[in-house]
Amino acid sequence: MNLKAETLSKIDEVITHYPVKRSATLPLLHLIQEDIGHLPPETSEWVAAKLELEPINVLEVITFYPMFRQKPIGRRHIKVCRTLSCALVGGYKTCATFEAEFKTHLGEVSPDGEVTVDFVECLASCGTAPVVLIDDELHEKVDAAKAKQLSDQIKAEAKKR
Amino acid sequence: MIATAKPDLVTVNIDGQEIAVPKGTNVIEAARLVNVDVPHYCYHPKLTIVGNCRMCLIEMGMPAVDPATKAPVMDPATGKQKINWIPRPQIGCGTNVSPGLHVRTTTPMVKDAREGVMEFLLINHPLDCPICDQAGECKLQEQATGYGRGYSRFIEDKNVKPKRTQLGPRVTLDDERCILCSRCIRFSKEIARDDVLGFVDRGSYSTLTCFPGKKLENNYSLNTVDICPVGALTSTDFRFKMRVWFLKQTNAIDTESSVGANTVVWSREGTIYRITPRRNDEVNDTWMADSGRVLFKAVQAPDRLSAVKINGTDSAFDIAINAAAELFKANAGAVAVVGSGRSTVEEQFLAKQLATALKAPTYLVSRVGEGDKLLVSADRNPNVRGALVTGLIPTLPSAELVDLGAQIDAGKIKVVVTLGEDLAAAGLNAGQLAKISVIVLGTHANSMAGGAAVVFPTLTAFEKSGTFVNQQFRIQKFLKAVPPIAGATDDLIVLAKLVGAAGGAMLPTEVYALWKSIAAAVPALATTTFANLPETGQLLDATPFLALPFVEGETLHYKPAQHVVAAANA
Ligand code: SF4
Ligand code: FES
Ligand code: FES
Repeated sequence: MNLKAETLSKIDEVITHYPVKRSATLPLLHLIQEDIGHLPPETSEWVAAKLELEPINVLEVITFYPMFRQKPIGRRHIKVCRTLSCALVGGYKTCATFEAEFKTHLGEVSPDGEVTVDFVECLASCGTAPVVLIDDELHEKVDAAKAKQLSDQIKAEAKKR
Repeated sequence: MIATAKPDLVTVNIDGQEIAVPKGTNVIEAARLVNVDVPHYCYHPKLTIVGNCRMCLIEMGMPAVDPATKAPVMDPATGKQKINWIPRPQIGCGTNVSPGLHVRTTTPMVKDAREGVMEFLLINHPLDCPICDQAGECKLQEQATGYGRGYSRFIEDKNVKPKRTQLGPRVTLDDERCILCSRCIRFSKEIARDDVLGFVDRGSYSTLTCFPGKKLENNYSLNTVDICPVGALTSTDFRFKMRVWFLKQTNAIDTESSVGANTVVWSREGTIYRITPRRNDEVNDTWMADSGRVLFKAVQAPDRLSAVKINGTDSAFDIAINAAAELFKANAGAVAVVGSGRSTVEEQFLAKQLATALKAPTYLVSRVGEGDKLLVSADRNPNVRGALVTGLIPTLPSAELVDLGAQIDAGKIKVVVTLGEDLAAAGLNAGQLAKISVIVLGTHANSMAGGAAVVFPTLTAFEKSGTFVNQQFRIQKFLKAVPPIAGATDDLIVLAKLVGAAGGAMLPTEVYALWKSIAAAVPALATTTFANLPETGQLLDATPFLALPFVEGETLHYKPAQHVVAAANA
């Protein structure tokens, strides 16, 4: 595994926070995903060796949580809420707009490599539905028009690079 | 109030019946003792409790006490102490008894709970019982009969999952049938210590998997098939061969080592289809090794001996006995008997009688491998201790018949009777073998059978009844599962006739009758009879043999004597 020195030292530090090493499984997976962007296939074995577990114990955790990704994603992660409040006020349209704008399908990396669009469960901002989370930034009341606007913004930034 | 019978016993009330059970017993086991069945899937008596299937839901209550005074609250209607029933069902597997615990398993709440669990379990189940090997011994099928609704309310599409994954060389997995009880995962981790199985994904997509690139291939993998309550894990060998309800079950003993794991041999019309473990909490719990499950293949092996032979030519049984008698007469005082640690106690007893009649020295050949610390011990003979108890040999055997070879070289031994042992493999060289006439009692062709003076084809352990004494000095019996192959004769008949041929008294040739003679002649077995031997075996007095350096290391339910451990560490 090709991890940054900084990640490695964070990993060694976080293990000391728990009475049993096994408990550090989740934090380790988060740190690796932050570093690499996803959890490559060798993650289970690497984490297992680090925490004195068997690889299957780690794979169970990786596959249990949808927020752990086993494949690379686009430069930005667009998560559109699919749960009731958002769905009622046009969440599906918002999602379709992002997909069309970036000529991509749910869960895939868009052809330009800029985004991955996911349709996810409640983002806990039901009052301002429909909501969208782009990386760590929450965007509220994202109707189709606002989705288009956000997409344009991303594309413009991409051009500047 | 229910009084506690003994300090380590707890009295509980299950469906109105009171019973005192040891502390730490869970509700499923306590109920079993009063013949109340609590249906369950994930609970297994020899594995940790996880409580994930929810099939064992019961209603539970405790005797009421006044919170302030701690005085029992009486129910005026019955005059008995009131029971405070918990309004929600509880899991029986994860609930240990406590004094005064009341359990109800027949109430509408319990029935509802069971039906609800069954309905959810069947939602994604493929219901392919007609082609499923587990049919007939499937817990899901059984509980569906008891608590299924008979028709489905599920109109959506069922999940599709992998249907025939090879988890390893001997186990095939049908993920659609898996009810996610995790018994196989816990077995692999806790008993086999090979933690390779797990659930990936979640919810109704949860899928039992072996870690990519690894295999479920330890020598205990088939136990997962035994404990899988449904047809998800099947034995690749047994798969699609036979419906289980056609099979006859015969209690047997695993012959692969001195552990003596208790087994069941499943056969139909003289053909054996599989071997599974039989629970014995003192010996093998509910497990056995994969290697012991294929031993039945020896019965129909192409190299089985099936013809009596004299000097390589087919002959008849009585003629062969006469030929042996003549060899004995012509070489009086120059005969040796090579017994076997694979023979039964009964055969060893007769071999001893034969040696006595012939005034012959006796030998045994040891077979030592590496113990696996679980259910295959270092001594790969199932019955060396039987030979000690019957007095066939005075001390532990070695792998090579060095002394016998020397006697032959010195011209003192001219005839050797071997009970299935390959003398060449046991260290006699060609020159020595050329100097002797060999009388072979054996089941399979080996280097002996070809050049032997007389060959008597005999029986495998599956074709006869008998007893073995395992490493704990526990004498255990096994019964004949299938009829002998044509041309083979019961070892006891051959041996008894040979005793006669050697001028000894005629002895019974049948196990039950023979045990009278054994009990009379062997003090350690004086009170034993074949018929009365318990299914779980009987411990014999090991004190006369305590000083012997037995080869076994620690295995499940067996610890070697201290001096043996000390010698091994030295
Ligand atoms: S394969 Fe069988 S034993 Fe394993 S979890 Fe599934 S149902 Fe349980
Ligand atoms: S339903 Fe969309 S944020 Fe809660
Ligand atoms: S047996 Fe109790 S929850 Fe499965």
